[in-house]
Amino acid sequence: FCGGGMQLGLFLSGNSHVFCALSNKAEYDYFQYHPMEEVREPAGWLRWRRNTPITGRLIGLKTDAKKKAIWMDCGIHAREWIAPAFCQYFVRQILQTYKTDTKMEAMMTNMDFYITPVLNVDGYIFSWTNSSTRLWRKNRSPGPSGDCYGTDLNRNFDANWGTVGVSSDCNSNIYPGRGPISEPEAQAVTYFVGSRKEDFLCFLTIHSYGQLLLIPFGHPDFTASNYDELMKVGEGAAEAIWKVHGKKYRVGTSPAVLYANSGSSRDWARMQDIPLTFTFELRDNGTYGFELPQEEIQPTCEEAYSGALHIITYAHDKTFNGATATAAAAVWTTLCSKLHTFLVPSVFSSFMTDFVLKA
Amino acid sequence: MGLRRAIVLFALMEVTWSLSVTTIGPETVSTDASAHPEPAEENTEQKEAAEEDVMATGELNPNHYPAQRAAKVVQHYLNLRHGSPYKLFGLKEVHSGNAEEVADSGRKYQLEISVHEIISNTKEKCSAEVFFPSGAKQLSPQVQVSSCEEILKLDAKSEEEALYQQYKTNKTVCTEKRLPDSYGHVDPEMTPFWHLSIVASSFIMLKESTENTLYNMAQVANITQLATENDQLKFDCHVLLHDMVSQEIPQWKLLFTWSPAEGVKVLHTEQLPHIHQSEKQAKPN
Repeated sequence: FCGGGMQLGLFLSGNSHVFCALSNKAEYDYFQYHPMEEVREPAGWLRWRRNTPITGRLIGLKTDAKKKAIWMDCGIHAREWIAPAFCQYFVRQILQTYKTDTKMEAMMTNMDFYITPVLNVDGYIFSWTNSSTRLWRKNRSPGPSGDCYGTDLNRNFDANWGTVGVSSDCNSNIYPGRGPISEPEAQAVTYFVGSRKEDFLCFLTIHSYGQLLLIPFGHPDFTASNYDELMKVGEGAAEAIWKVHGKKYRVGTSPAVLYANSGSSRDWARMQDIPLTFTFELRDNGTYGFELPQEEIQPTCEEAYSGALHIITYAHDKTFNGATATAAAAVWTTLCSKLHTFLVPSVFSSFMTDFVLKA
Repeated sequence: MGLRRAIVLFALMEVTWSLSVTTIGPETVSTDASAHPEPAEENTEQKEAAEEDVMATGELNPNHYPAQRAAKVVQHYLNLRHGSPYKLFGLKEVHSGNAEEVADSGRKYQLEISVHEIISNTKEKCSAEVFFPSGAKQLSPQVQVSSCEEILKLDAKSEEEALYQQYKTNKTVCTEKRLPDSYGHVDPEMTPFWHLSIVASSFIMLKESTENTLYNMAQVANITQLATENDQLKFDCHVLLHDMVSQEIPQWKLLFTWSPAEGVKVLHTEQLPHIHQSEKQAKPN
């Protein structure tokens, strides 16, 4: 089908089309911002199918063991362009790393990674329309009256919905919608993650700007049962970030560090008993704000990757002790070498498929 | 290990599912809420920090929002007073803070912060006081800064003078291109005017700041140079601010002058109405 030793991903579609994508193919510049059609195009990053409003990438190593999962979404808020750039970088990075890094290989054996580079597709496309739409935040649902558009998706989840940090004015950038999960994007995540919530160890949602790592809950009257753990892991991630390029990220709950809010995806995920849920607010601190220069994409992605990896590694190690991981890898090697004899000789054991959040 | 492995050609079905039913309605809220979020412990600081009416008093956590918001006001003050096309200040870090009520008139913050001059990339520790007046009529905060002399004395005089001479008579600035553009880019020739716009915007950001706002300048929509007046370069600009707390983008028009000797003086400001037509004009794909 594709040939060559540089295959890194394989997807099958319902139409039996096989696409191969090189996750580090020369044409795709991970350090530039890409409009939705480039994130999606057939020969590009994500396979496009019609009627697929939100697509993500599922990555993992095939194993017979029961796998846990990591969730990462980017681009809930349209104007935060650095976030989708990071999700794409993250995928490329883990696909490169697992080949030589036994730790990453073990993690990908034990866990599936679900990564959605652009959650708010309509909003993201709108922010690319022209320079006057660049700072759009919400989705593009028509409002209750004829002349307002958009719901703040990060206020629309069923987590203390509509209580704090919102405005009932449909023109407001923190309008939480007609009701909890009134929006298709929020419904899609709720159903997808909700229907497999026991599998998820980790739920990371990526935003900008502010250089923060936020832990649940957004409502000031509620404290997560594992607050201390979340703070400890968050501080560890902030230190990992700092080590890369010296950027300081502050850690804490939203009401403490930033502002109170409700209906966030992170809070909803925590309420589903997903233990490690974090909001990343990437660079910068306000100098460029949402229009982070493309020259900063690489360093921002590098430090955020380090932070995310800290959290993911913690989640993994807490669940799978070292012995188990090694055993799984050993089994896998045995299995592989046997299979190699019988099947079409090829190059990789990871699978990558698009998962679809249909709404 | 990095070994090449056999590919397992499994029939990978499309991972799709339909959404049809499951409308997760409000009734699930109670299930979730009862299971998990626990009422806050007697975490005084967290509780106080959350309620707008009862603001934090006494020693502040420097990483929490009350000290951070007050420190941002200091940034606006420094930029307005000492900023120029070649001198721009950012808040690097808040080291410590303290807040107290001032009997019936407002709240006063005392802060130890690190200020960063962005262009020369120098840092200095400063002490500052920010007073937020209370009352129905929204008055501007008052700021005092001390022990910050080095960073304020940073010399950019020769560049400032060169720019001033260049644009006083010969050249004119006029751009419809946004600064930064959508990709975060600012043309090198426009960079001093981007900085100047931030300085002028600081006038508004300072004036409009309260304990419930956190302003940054998001973008310059356009900047036009007008005829030089009284040896001051004169500009008309349209800026988009970002308030982190409301997440809104207030838009302002500013008329201001600048010279190396006088710094930035804002002559006239006008807030533009919340623009909705962009929502109607650009239809989603």
